[in-house]
Amino acid sequence: MKLITAIIKPHQLDAVKEALEAYGISGMTVSEASGYGRQRGHSEVYRGAEYTVDFVPKLRLEVLVDDMDASSVADVILKSAQTGRIGDGKIWTQPVEDVIRVRTGERGSEAI
Amino acid sequence: MLADSFPMSPTLLPVAAEPAIDASATAFVLLCASLVLLMTPGLALFYGGMTRAKSVLNMMMMSFGAMGVVGVIYVLWGYSMSFGGSNIGGIIGNPFENFGLKGVVGDATGATLDANGTAIIDVFGADVWIPEVLFVGFQLTFAIITVALISGAIADRAKFSTWLLFSGFWVTLAYFPIAHMVWGGGLLSGSEDGLSAKIFGATDGVANVLPIDFAGGTVVHINAGVAGLVLALIVGKRLGFGKTAMRPHNVPLVMLGAGLLWFGWFGFNAGSELAADGLSSLVWVNTTVATCAAILGWLVVEKVRDGHATSVGAASGVVAGLVAITPACGALSPVGSIILGLVAGGLAALAVGLKFRFGYDDSLDVVGVHLVAGLWGTVGAGLLATSGGLFYGDGIKQLVVQIVIALASLIFSAIVTALIGLALKATVGWRITDDDEVAGIDQSEHAESGYDLVARGGRLGVTSTGPQTDARHADELAEEGVKA
Repeated sequence: MKLITAIIKPHQLDAVKEALEAYGISGMTVSEASGYGRQRGHSEVYRGAEYTVDFVPKLRLEVLVDDMDASSVADVILKSAQTGRIGDGKIWTQPVEDVIRVRTGERGSEAI
Repeated sequence: MLADSFPMSPTLLPVAAEPAIDASATAFVLLCASLVLLMTPGLALFYGGMTRAKSVLNMMMMSFGAMGVVGVIYVLWGYSMSFGGSNIGGIIGNPFENFGLKGVVGDATGATLDANGTAIIDVFGADVWIPEVLFVGFQLTFAIITVALISGAIADRAKFSTWLLFSGFWVTLAYFPIAHMVWGGGLLSGSEDGLSAKIFGATDGVANVLPIDFAGGTVVHINAGVAGLVLALIVGKRLGFGKTAMRPHNVPLVMLGAGLLWFGWFGFNAGSELAADGLSSLVWVNTTVATCAAILGWLVVEKVRDGHATSVGAASGVVAGLVAITPACGALSPVGSIILGLVAGGLAALAVGLKFRFGYDDSLDVVGVHLVAGLWGTVGAGLLATSGGLFYGDGIKQLVVQIVIALASLIFSAIVTALIGLALKATVGWRITDDDEVAGIDQSEHAESGYDLVARGGRLGVTSTGPQTDARHADELAEEGVKA
């Protein structure tokens, strides 16, 4: 099993979710994140005092998949999250030792 | 009718034949007093939104705390020191003469009574009588907001108990004397013993040049603005001032607060006429257009200097305009008010940067907004007053008098605030500990947090440990065999 983690632009979430559903992925976890890579933050001014906001708001999307699906699911995310402009984010894949569904106790691929 | 003609004591007024309560004026002032009281919760929102999230409650509590302390004190000795008691040296009224509103309610021996035995006053000698206790209520709200204004200078770091002590001492030793001096027939009023009469002479017991402070440019804004500056210096900077980000955590709250302040300010300015008449109507319009112009003045400075017109700038422009028009609102034309407001917004927008240049942490710009716009409004009235103003060809006498009352109240307030602030610093102390300040003053001073938003279900890892469980409910659960 693999864990695919994608950092994406917040407003791309709907597109990515729809694409994953169309591919047949039935669940995912999304959390708010902030950070920067090549895209840097912006500045804000309050009563003349300027602040630089270094971290840009992003979403972290996590999907557990079977080994054989990993590459194509990453592709689905790539295509749906891509705008071609700076700050589109990153996708990475890691191996996962075990997965357990809490309600039933199922393990492994059954639990995905 | 100018506010400077508040008599030394209402009971000394010439009594009209069978004076009776003016119902329209009474209804109007009742409403205005309620509007002015609303300004303080409005200020709490305005200030609260500008602090960081970890200190929003303390910021708002400084306003609500001032309401508690000052409201009680005003009835006990505040009114007597400001308006009631006999004049002591032109600086203060006798605090014991009307202590606890003695002589105003109940056995009002010596006061003017209407047919029902209610003590009534005609503050401006215009034969418009309102219950004296209503005048007390109206003035009480002014004292509260003035103290609350100062709190913006010491956000995030002051012990709540010290702030409450300060509120009581300051309103007694700084606010009541200046209110008495300007409105109660003291040194800064148009009485024959006042500074204006000493400079330019008096005729028939009234100064030839009447000082203009309709609703409190000196008493409220210069007074609170200077006090903010002095306290900011005494209390010291927040940890990380000028280094870490201290941006407003909730700008919509700031704008909501500015809107409430504006609404309440109609009671403040128009209400200061104490009658529903032509002048209070003119004051309403002057207050509005000056504020509108000040929004534009502030935004233009921001656009040119910073590149953007900001929401916090618009909200701040509202307050700067309201502050500036406060002393002048009864003496200007609407067009004059626009000019006064436009300059006020621009000046204050430039002035808020001074704290970084000079290194004092006036956290929410009490100096930049209230002191600067208050000084400009008071002095600007000497330029723009339709009667007596320099720009209307009436010479510089009015301007000189305006500068004198502005400086006199500034110096008096600075000295008194410094004495109180330093005394508190040496005894009970001003600052919370550094650790508490970093963690957020809301937790250390109030044991609360302003927001509880994690995943909308509340903060993680919070367990009930206090006596808030409903005992009856727990029993019922036990009967049903449910482990509570």
